[in-house]
Amino acid sequence: MTDELIRPRRKDPLRKTREPLLPQGVRSRTAHGLTAAAAEGRFALQVCADCGFTLYPPRDACPRCLSARLPFKDVPPNGTVLAETTIRTSTDVYFRERTPWRIGTVALDCGPFFVTHLHGDVTEGARVKMTLRLDKSGNAVAIAMPDRPTEHQEDDVQLRELTCDPKFRRVLITDGRNATGQAMARAMAAAGASIIFVGVADPWKPFPNETTLRATPNVEIVSLDLTDTQSVADVAGELAHRVDILVNTAEHPRSGGIMHRNGLTIAQQEMDTRYFALLRLAQHFGPTMRARGADGTNAAAAFVNLLSVHALINWPQYGAFSATEAACLSAAQALRAELRGGGIKVLNMFAGPLDTEWFQSVPPPKLSPTALATATVDALRKGIEDSYVGDIAQDIKARLDAQPKALERELGA
Amino acid sequence: MTSVLTAFATALATGAVRVIDLTHTLTPQFPTIVMPPELGQCAPFRLEEISRYDERGPAWYWNNFTMGEHTGTHFDAPIHWVTGKELPNNAVDTIPPDHFLAPACVIDCSAESAADPDFVLTIPFVEAWEAKHGRIPPKSWVLLRTDWHKLPPKQYVNLLDDGPHSPGPAPAVVRWLVEERDVHGFGTETIGTDAGQAAHFTPPYPAHHYMHGRGRYGLQCLANLDQLPATGALLLTAPLKIRQGSGSPLRVLALVETKP
Repeated sequence: MTDELIRPRRKDPLRKTREPLLPQGVRSRTAHGLTAAAAEGRFALQVCADCGFTLYPPRDACPRCLSARLPFKDVPPNGTVLAETTIRTSTDVYFRERTPWRIGTVALDCGPFFVTHLHGDVTEGARVKMTLRLDKSGNAVAIAMPDRPTEHQEDDVQLRELTCDPKFRRVLITDGRNATGQAMARAMAAAGASIIFVGVADPWKPFPNETTLRATPNVEIVSLDLTDTQSVADVAGELAHRVDILVNTAEHPRSGGIMHRNGLTIAQQEMDTRYFALLRLAQHFGPTMRARGADGTNAAAAFVNLLSVHALINWPQYGAFSATEAACLSAAQALRAELRGGGIKVLNMFAGPLDTEWFQSVPPPKLSPTALATATVDALRKGIEDSYVGDIAQDIKARLDAQPKALERELGA
Repeated sequence: MTSVLTAFATALATGAVRVIDLTHTLTPQFPTIVMPPELGQCAPFRLEEISRYDERGPAWYWNNFTMGEHTGTHFDAPIHWVTGKELPNNAVDTIPPDHFLAPACVIDCSAESAADPDFVLTIPFVEAWEAKHGRIPPKSWVLLRTDWHKLPPKQYVNLLDDGPHSPGPAPAVVRWLVEERDVHGFGTETIGTDAGQAAHFTPPYPAHHYMHGRGRYGLQCLANLDQLPATGALLLTAPLKIRQGSGSPLRVLALVETKP
């Protein structure tokens, strides 16, 4: 069992804030197959398409039959710890300040042997589940997890380096006027976030469930208008150093395509509420979050974007909306690179139509805001950076991977 | 003989004539009128810094701003409303410039509005005002003083689940002001020239319908009407010269003679 995380004390203002350092981050192009799996929380290894051999570490030729056809496939993660050791010093500056650090050797049931990080509850001879995670450098590493969940296993020090668990972290939810922002506040409260700042624009304008939002545990309402640069700057000035996880819940879904919309007013509002708002948040919160990537138990950890899955491929029925979401996805990729130096993860949560008034005429299945919020907490706890939430998002992703041109035609039919 | 303008300049210099600013400061927080969310919306005031003595411009500070024609303290031209769309010289760029200087009658409804946010101005109410202050001269602004400009945003807009609640004129009085008093336009402290619930009047939005239909003007989101006399103030209300503009944010100044 893991020692339960204790609520971090207030920081000693006389101590220098620890600067974020990154573990070694160079990977081969082939090895990024592991990064791709870790980004989605999958356990995938190369499986030879010719002889069926499962291999690790990644290679460009099969060691058994020399085939170059080595696609990554999800494989069973179960294995046994053969040996363990504890590293007590290192010349690597990242690990040097994180010792002692346990590593071990695991024999996977499907064949390969791993040199891997070990969860604290994993001992020599134990049955384990191997997982791939993104480390602070954004690259895949392996950590062996207990075969069955143990008490407080999410609080393990080595695991927490790889995840963005909201427990005892301070969260900013940028828009609490909508159902998603409100569901997110509830989910973060349930996940043990210590403070949940919730932005509300135009406080003079009533909004549904305002009373419930205000009554949510640990919620503090802040006046924040994402379409107003000065408002974002003002809130960042006061709160940026206290935001460990930022969840951008701004939304502006409007139906309509490109050609038949009359004028640009709606499109400009879409871009202002979504794309320019993301830029404002990035400029005003990003630098401080990046500097606080190793600032103790409640170090800054994640910048979360809620995106339509139609950021990946346009849905002409919501054509201009899809284009805006695509712009946000592109910006999120840039932000991911910019925040990586601080070890801050950028999470993209891809969702299909939500079960809200702006998708009223869209037939089910639709995703409930609560399901999206729950999936976001789950993604933070696992440390994944791309999550496809719900049937529609997963279906679009699968069809996109299989035949993008066919999907374009189908969505436009 | 002293010319009128020289005498006026002297009066300004001596303080015999004071200038009162009837304008709200343009800020991002100032409410704009709320339309149903599926309709087009008026953009609120927004400021983006171009440079502030920095790498974007070392010695100078300046901003770009964006907003709607009907944001903040603003002027409504006849072309704003469907009833005024065919009139000549109905847009802010074509209105004769002498129309931007006109006297004002200020009707104090502040007590009635405080008691009832849905207070509606009627013909008898204006007749009672005239009994006290004299008949409204032709080509005068009629300004509705409600002290609404003193309210914080939430009470200012006063949005309930059946829409906004704020004072304004009844259809009959607007028509009467135009036809019987030949007024220059109608001005309010509230977010529009019409009452909050005026969508349910017949015709809807009567101040817009009758004033603009007859080539008259509107002023809204005015401030400091409590500092004006009931009669005798002269208003300067020049909007931006936007080609075919339906209205414009503007600085509204009132010239008021100090009592000797």
